[in-house]
Amino acid sequence: MSTETRARSAEDPNNPKSTGRSPKSNKALKEVGEDRRAATQGRWATILIAPAIIILGIVIVYPVINAIIMSFQADAGLDPETGLFTEGGFAGFSNYTGWLLQQCGGPNGTTVACSPGTLGAQFWEAFGTTFYFTIVTVALETVIGFWMALIMSRAFRGRSLLRASVLVPWAIPTAVTAKLWFFIFAFQGVINAVFNTDVLWTGSEGPARWAIIIADVWKTTPFMALLILAGLQIIPGDVYEAAKMDGASTWQRFRHITLPLVRPALMVAILFRVLDALRMYDLPQIMTGGANGTTTLSILVVEQIRQGFNAAAALSTITFLIIFIVAFIFVRFLGANAVDAATTSTRAG
Amino acid sequence: MKLPMKVMSVAAVAAVVASLAACSTGAGSGADAATANLDARGPITYVQGKDNSGIVNPLVEKWNADHPDERVTFKELTDEADQQHDDMVQNLQAQNKDYDVMSVDLVWTAEFAAKGWLQPLDDAGIDTSGMLQSTVDSGTYNDILYAAPVTSDGGILYYRTDLVPEPPTTWDEMMAMCPIAAQNGIACYAGQFAKYEGLTVNATEAINSAGGTVIDDEGNPALETDAAEQGLQNLADAYANGNIPAEAITYTEEEGRIAFQGGKLMFLRNWPYVYNLASTEGSSAVKDVLGMAALPGTDGPGASSLGGHNAAISVYSDTKATAIDFVKFLTSEENQRFYATQGSLAPTLSALYDDEALISELPYLPVLKTSIENAVPRPVTPFYPAVTNAIQDNAYAAIKGEKTVTEAMTDMQNSIESAGSQ
Repeated sequence: MSTETRARSAEDPNNPKSTGRSPKSNKALKEVGEDRRAATQGRWATILIAPAIIILGIVIVYPVINAIIMSFQADAGLDPETGLFTEGGFAGFSNYTGWLLQQCGGPNGTTVACSPGTLGAQFWEAFGTTFYFTIVTVALETVIGFWMALIMSRAFRGRSLLRASVLVPWAIPTAVTAKLWFFIFAFQGVINAVFNTDVLWTGSEGPARWAIIIADVWKTTPFMALLILAGLQIIPGDVYEAAKMDGASTWQRFRHITLPLVRPALMVAILFRVLDALRMYDLPQIMTGGANGTTTLSILVVEQIRQGFNAAAALSTITFLIIFIVAFIFVRFLGANAVDAATTSTRAG
Repeated sequence: MKLPMKVMSVAAVAAVVASLAACSTGAGSGADAATANLDARGPITYVQGKDNSGIVNPLVEKWNADHPDERVTFKELTDEADQQHDDMVQNLQAQNKDYDVMSVDLVWTAEFAAKGWLQPLDDAGIDTSGMLQSTVDSGTYNDILYAAPVTSDGGILYYRTDLVPEPPTTWDEMMAMCPIAAQNGIACYAGQFAKYEGLTVNATEAINSAGGTVIDDEGNPALETDAAEQGLQNLADAYANGNIPAEAITYTEEEGRIAFQGGKLMFLRNWPYVYNLASTEGSSAVKDVLGMAALPGTDGPGASSLGGHNAAISVYSDTKATAIDFVKFLTSEENQRFYATQGSLAPTLSALYDDEALISELPYLPVLKTSIENAVPRPVTPFYPAVTNAIQDNAYAAIKGEKTVTEAMTDMQNSIESAGSQ
């Protein structure tokens, strides 16, 4: 819409001949010209968009489709005669049922329930772990991030310094963060030394999960805070002033002005974080290696890649669908709209 | 119209996850390739993980000086074993003819051989007679030699000579000495028990030392035996009664070494690299009381897990005659000695372990020889990633007491069976 208007106003000066004609013929001429212009514009739009579409097709559509095709092939099996691998052939849905129903290969081509120690047996546990991490970390990050954003939006001395320094954890690569926290949570590490405790942080389920949650919250809360801060900045100051004149308390102003007006930005921030957290890999991989109930779906995918590509393709397709459904729920029912919110903030800015 | 667009844009974000596994799988038929280019000569590439001790470049320069028409280019991969493995898999799958000679970790040998990616070396004229048998076994799959042993590695029991005058030779003896550690207020024994490859090494050592076996000669898992069960039971009991301290469940090589060097541990199972650090580092509290012995077994030396790297030739190489010569060059006595003195990498040639000059430089060689002579290669199977996962998961749970050793052995057995029948 806005592009069209801009394009038209830009083209008008290129048509000086249109001035001085009779209004009627002028109008007719203009209509013909606009039709042609629209057609030219359509062609140009196609040409200009094409490179982006082609690149998206190569880096996104092709791998996704290829992964889906692979997920219906069986992984290579061993020929007992030669000891060499042979192609697995068409597998139907067996890769998918392998994960979802936890069926593994048994003797003589039968299927048996996956026993602990196979990756198949870990699917539902990894599914639960992934959602546990997602819900807990995003909830904590939202609350703490909101609080940090409220502080940062105030005018005070050293505000820019604070805003810049808050970003430091976010700027550190995740792998480095993970290694730092790994040493902090080691048995002879900083935490046990400072608090004079003997907790085996990476040695049992509860502490291991919380070690990862703490590291993740430390790292990504600044990102959340900045997205919320951007939302807070577009709320005009006079709305608050008017509310104050009407005698609204601080809580009432927060509840009835800040929250509703920051909601679009907040929902987008939460959506991004949820999608991010659902594919969490580096932190648990480096801090615990997936031990003690910290194996996420992404860790499972990477481990399966080493054991067989096709079952891994099925698992990553399942992960893709799970994330897709979560994103769909967010967009459809909770009103998170990344595209609209971006447009709004651009206009406001 | 509006909704699908939104959904599509979200889908695009999420799709990146799915692309993780979207590496293409080429048909890896190497049967024809194995007979091609056998007499061809020319420049080759040698692929190896990060050269931490700086020994590959001098060797390559030496080779290049003598072979100006068959120059070797050294391609250095990362430090991480998993990344080296994945890089080689990708290049072999793509039938890249530039990966002529590769330094293959011995646990990958069977997988690469079964995929048909490695050139059989039986007719290549590589002399393995002087090599330690267990290292030759590690390069052999289906009775065919696919990789020539270049460097080896075995576990050593480090102990405190001030607390234990005579090192234990059996596991029971070692456990009987643990009250000495308690009297001195330190922990008794540790190895590598965090859930990673090091646990596979330690668990298979325990199983093999007790007389059990993980995978039998037919390639089938054989874990439901009394001997195998006893091996894992030893570790679980020691962890339960505190002879293995609780924090050892988080130990990899380095944490254990640091605890031992800090004087907090009486016995440590680790690799030869610890010797140099523990005997020279200023912070080491055990500098003057450092003892080394073979790993304890049931009634004599235990069965160490074998480490090390083998040199293999890709079937897709188009200059195999040069590649074979280079493999012979790497395994020659002169260069094995160079590996040992310059890089502290254990040789595979048996004679070098009795070499007086070498022993004075590397005092752990006699102990290491006993260790490697009694060593059992980690399970030789093309399904190694699945097997090591099965061992790690179940051994970890059994040591921590989350399941009984009998349950753990049954689960291990079934998991390895599933891996072999995909």
